[in-house]
Amino acid sequence: MNIHEYQGKEILRQYGVSVPNGRVAFSPEEAVKIAKELSTDVVVVKAQIHAGGRGKAGGVKIAKNLDEVRSYSKELLGKILVTHQTGPEGKEVKRLYIEEGSDIKKEYYLGVVVDRATSRVTFMGSEEGGMDIEEVAEATPEKIFKEIVDPTIGMTGFQARRLAFNMNIPNNLINKAASLMLGIYKAFTEKDASILEINPLVVTGSGDVVALDAKFNFDGNALYRHKDIVELRDFEEEDPKEIQASKYDLNYISLDGSIGCMVNGAGLAMATMDTISYYGGSPANFLDVGGGATAEKVTEAFKIILSDANVKGIFVNIFGGIMKCDVIAEGVITAAKEVGLSVPLVVRLEGTNVERGKSLLNESGINIITADSMADGAQKIVELVG
Amino acid sequence: MSVYINKETKVLVQGITGSTALFHTKQMLEYGTKIVAGVTPGKGGTAVEGVPVYNTVVDAVEATGCNVSVIYVPAPFAADAILEAVDAELDLVICITEYIPVIDMVKVKRYMEGKKTRLVGPNCPGVITADECKIGIMPGYIHKKGHVGVVSRSGTLTYEAVHQLSQAGIGQTTAVGIGGDPVNGTNFIDVLKEFNEDPETYGVVMIGEIGGTAEEEAAEWIKANMTKPVVGFIGGQTAPPGKRMGHAGAIISGGKGTAAEKIKAMNAAGIEVAETPSVIGETFIKVIKEKGLYEKCKTH
Repeated sequence: MNIHEYQGKEILRQYGVSVPNGRVAFSPEEAVKIAKELSTDVVVVKAQIHAGGRGKAGGVKIAKNLDEVRSYSKELLGKILVTHQTGPEGKEVKRLYIEEGSDIKKEYYLGVVVDRATSRVTFMGSEEGGMDIEEVAEATPEKIFKEIVDPTIGMTGFQARRLAFNMNIPNNLINKAASLMLGIYKAFTEKDASILEINPLVVTGSGDVVALDAKFNFDGNALYRHKDIVELRDFEEEDPKEIQASKYDLNYISLDGSIGCMVNGAGLAMATMDTISYYGGSPANFLDVGGGATAEKVTEAFKIILSDANVKGIFVNIFGGIMKCDVIAEGVITAAKEVGLSVPLVVRLEGTNVERGKSLLNESGINIITADSMADGAQKIVELVG
Repeated sequence: MSVYINKETKVLVQGITGSTALFHTKQMLEYGTKIVAGVTPGKGGTAVEGVPVYNTVVDAVEATGCNVSVIYVPAPFAADAILEAVDAELDLVICITEYIPVIDMVKVKRYMEGKKTRLVGPNCPGVITADECKIGIMPGYIHKKGHVGVVSRSGTLTYEAVHQLSQAGIGQTTAVGIGGDPVNGTNFIDVLKEFNEDPETYGVVMIGEIGGTAEEEAAEWIKANMTKPVVGFIGGQTAPPGKRMGHAGAIISGGKGTAAEKIKAMNAAGIEVAETPSVIGETFIKVIKEKGLYEKCKTH
């Protein structure tokens, strides 16, 4: 789950990490009011969307007086920002972060991830701040330094200092940088983050080490123990179909094709998309109904697929293990009856309780085209959709 | 022969009184798996499906001599269940549970360092040695005894591959689902080593997916060490970057972990990769025919 920069900075603040003062604004009036209260010479007006690359896309403005705060806020609110992470359709700016300006002496990069190769939380730091870290990794990998954290003891002082020294943070600020990193580690693990990027981390003219940005991503599996994080979810940043799906614990991702897919298992769901594409079709979604799906959940999944106006046909591909074929069949039948089926439906069933599932479908009286294999089903639906 | 489990394996089911565990305990017993004990804290002294239930894993080990456990415990408690099984010094723990917080798994992996227990999973379908022992949630009937090892990050894609092999008369030794989480117990290389050493396994099917670099590392290991033919498949060739495709581990991030990169690495290691999931079986048969192993692999 992603959150906004201003929310991420609020979390960091709670852990003693130094961030500039600022507040969120939803209108130009609010923006001006906050800027007045900050009473600094320079105020930064930052568009809040769930995507990186805002600066380059014109989503960050430096205002030198209240009039500029007002005009920049008017300009940004409602604007569609297109960054390298939003896709060509961009994202509408609905919130602004009004923040005091910082006297930046030098920018650094600091990132924290759960590294798969070591199965440990890993810090990455570089003196190449403000840049796209993937570009740094590509061009000058020797400028990225890592510290791997032992979970039994957590991030240690010596590791934090070593990383700060490697990043070429000035000697007199090493302890400040190290203490910031320890706060970041605590925030990361206590809130079950999966990625945190501070880009840039800055050293200021007054000798502070400050997180000028905060990009958090949280582990969806751990949200059950973080009600405070769940409350930060911004539904306006998400696809409405994905929101509906998440209410029923369905793994659904909206895509731009015309063939709706309902599959059990993430691997098979991806492979089904691949197969549809291979035969010249294009999937409208990724959907893994999961292992413990009930008939009700399957019905909801079906409704979500049909709510997509681009869907011209549906392919249900089930290889039951933990998921039973008869449960899928019941859900499909209920959904088809409830919402009315206006597009062709191809069903392929295999696995646990397959015979019961097939006979339920046959007896249902609904116009269902059955398939013997994934390839057979994919070919049939691609042909029917045309 | 087989890897990890066989007809002598004595299985403990952790969380046996839950509805999913009950259903699959029944299925495993029907398959012939020797389930000797279950654990649900507070339900010790009872029995389900004729299997005695204990309060703790240590109690179950002392009473029954079980050496392998399978975990169906809900995600918030599953990491603790793994720790309990490791502490009781079981040989193998297979964790079916999905949605375990990744930070919990980071701690589990650290705790397991230097301990004797092997963990398969979490978020996996389990391990099956055809006609001998089924531990997990896979449908038993699709598996056929034979000479092909299967290792996969995806549950349902494992079924797909096994089904194709069996229908073509190519049986399997053992199928191992290593799971779709970014932090897991057993990786491709661990399983490939076992298959390489197992005299009954003549070839391997390896199924990967987008995210991480486990397939690339396995490809390198195969090039240097594997004496048996390996055929692969990578799921997620059409997945968009930045989106978590169901499995926590299946995400293309920062331009890394794409299917194209993995396929390239596998091809460079001499591994033939099936173009679509529907031709995994066909591709494997083509390769073993070229190697002159088809007759040996064919189940008569």
